[in-house]
Amino acid sequence: MEFALTEAQEQIRQEILRQCARFGDEYWLAKEREAVFPHEFYQAMVETGWLGIAMPEEYGGAGLGITEAAVMMQAVAESGAGMSGASAIHMNIFGLNPVVVFGADEQKRRMLPPLLKGRDKACFAVTEPNVGLNTTQLKTRAERRGDRYVVNGQKIWTSTAQVANKVLLLTRTTPLDEVNKKTAGLTLFYTDLDRSRVEVRLIEKMGRHAVDSNMLFIDNLEIPVEDRIGEEGQGFRAILHGMNPERILIAAEAVGIGRVALARASQYAKDRVVFGRPIGQNQAIQHPLAACWANLEAANLMMLKAAQLYDTGRECGAEANAAKYLAAEAGFRACERAVMTHGGMGYAQEYHVERFLRESLIPRIAPISPELILSFIAERVLGLPKSY
Amino acid sequence: MKILVPVKRVVDYNVKVRVKSDGSGIETAGVKMSMNPFDEIAVEEAVRLKEKGVATEIVAVSMGVTQCSETIRTALAMGADRGILVESDVELQPLAVAKLLKVIADKEQPKLIILGKQAIDDDMSATGQMLAAFLGWPQGTFASKVLIEGDKITVTREVDGGLETVELSLPAIVTTDLRLNEPRYASLPNIMKARKKPIENLKPADLGVDPAPRLTVLKVNEPPKRQAGKKVASVAELVDKLRNEAKVI
Repeated sequence: MEFALTEAQEQIRQEILRQCARFGDEYWLAKEREAVFPHEFYQAMVETGWLGIAMPEEYGGAGLGITEAAVMMQAVAESGAGMSGASAIHMNIFGLNPVVVFGADEQKRRMLPPLLKGRDKACFAVTEPNVGLNTTQLKTRAERRGDRYVVNGQKIWTSTAQVANKVLLLTRTTPLDEVNKKTAGLTLFYTDLDRSRVEVRLIEKMGRHAVDSNMLFIDNLEIPVEDRIGEEGQGFRAILHGMNPERILIAAEAVGIGRVALARASQYAKDRVVFGRPIGQNQAIQHPLAACWANLEAANLMMLKAAQLYDTGRECGAEANAAKYLAAEAGFRACERAVMTHGGMGYAQEYHVERFLRESLIPRIAPISPELILSFIAERVLGLPKSY
Repeated sequence: MKILVPVKRVVDYNVKVRVKSDGSGIETAGVKMSMNPFDEIAVEEAVRLKEKGVATEIVAVSMGVTQCSETIRTALAMGADRGILVESDVELQPLAVAKLLKVIADKEQPKLIILGKQAIDDDMSATGQMLAAFLGWPQGTFASKVLIEGDKITVTREVDGGLETVELSLPAIVTTDLRLNEPRYASLPNIMKARKKPIENLKPADLGVDPAPRLTVLKVNEPPKRQAGKKVASVAELVDKLRNEAKVI
């Protein structure tokens, strides 16, 4: 049993931190205020080949595992880029895994290299306004007409749709009352985001203003058959395949944002002198920060365990979900504690921790709520009756 | 043409260094270490020469503790072809490093050796010059521009009065100044490739060099705390203070 990163993984971490140092606090604060996509950061990651970290080598990727991708994404968040930096490239790192696993060779050759080279930007359109986490109930319909599908419906929480030109889209091709299993009849596409048929409406939100989240109104979007990923009706399986890696990446990012907030808080507690001594000399300040460290590192170990299970082809559902739950809570607590440690200055934008706090709500809520994770663990690990 | 690039593992330039409590040196335990920034510039220059077709092979050399192999890997990820690590637990001072590099240069026969002008830890600025003396090669130090034509190398040097241009015959030694180039960020594919590039492991004894330190550090102190500045009310007062208090004009 080895609890340290390998030398190669450590090198990934150091190199990402080094590259991200070019994009400092002021960069991210400016992007946040202007609500502008961090194109320069994205381009830097493209040029140095990082987007392909977990994609197969034959399509221009580096062919590394989810562990390495998690190390990378954690370093991005931890650099101070937070969820703004992580979300800007998150979709590229593992979003197209369904194409890798279920796509035909022709599709992989057509779809993956442009994404890794930054010529294509993709967004992820799965959940819907009236569906939430009950994915099998989704209403967006795709109807086959000759060699095309015609899609109508709505999607919500599609991030980066303002800047993307491609969309990974989950639809229902067979109505729910005509299938014998709820998870059947769903079909996945990776296709052009045709803005003449898809209205992309920005959702005003709490934080991470640099990376947009949207509602999509899809009106007779035509998709050629060759953009269908996998067989018709097999879309749920394809989406499901990417869920554990996504939880692992989100967990890594949550630990990253928690770590940067904790580092800022510790520095402030050392520097800030009140009543003739640094506030960090008071146990009321130290103990909560120390507890944050312990929680973050424990969550990180669970995340690395889940990643290792996934990379070695073993079942990791419980661990991936537990990691996402633990990391999101620990990340949020660390950000909250960082704001409180800064006192009034924690509420000021120029100390950056309020931005981290607002962003730290994202891994708590997305892509699955903490409550549903606990229900999953209760049912699948503890063997309790299903509650929902 | 083969280029040799020595690279040193030093405390990262972003780290605020702390003096050990017994004053014997700098605290390095648990401190982030990186390649000396001037050596990064040296690697970058060598890689650019290779990309221009001037150089054919770049050999990165590091000396010291086992972890110096990480510094070599960084150079390999930037574009060096192979590495040589001279492992030693003894503190290596510029004289020992120059002696070891001399033996390696005799063996490798490079046409050009590019070094950082100094390491940011001890600021000695000595290794390149000592190595030139041992090899009997010409040296172009503090280079801000390097141009190779045939068997000649033109080096623009940053000196106090401005820029000085010298022409040297190859083989030669160049030490890099800050403005020579801006080192690249290693790309992921190159980091991956670098892991497969060979690193040869040597000991000072293999090279017939006694690396024992010749200099003794007596004491290391924190610099004195900076005094607060003074505000002046007028230009006249400023001139008066500069003339009569600071006595600088």
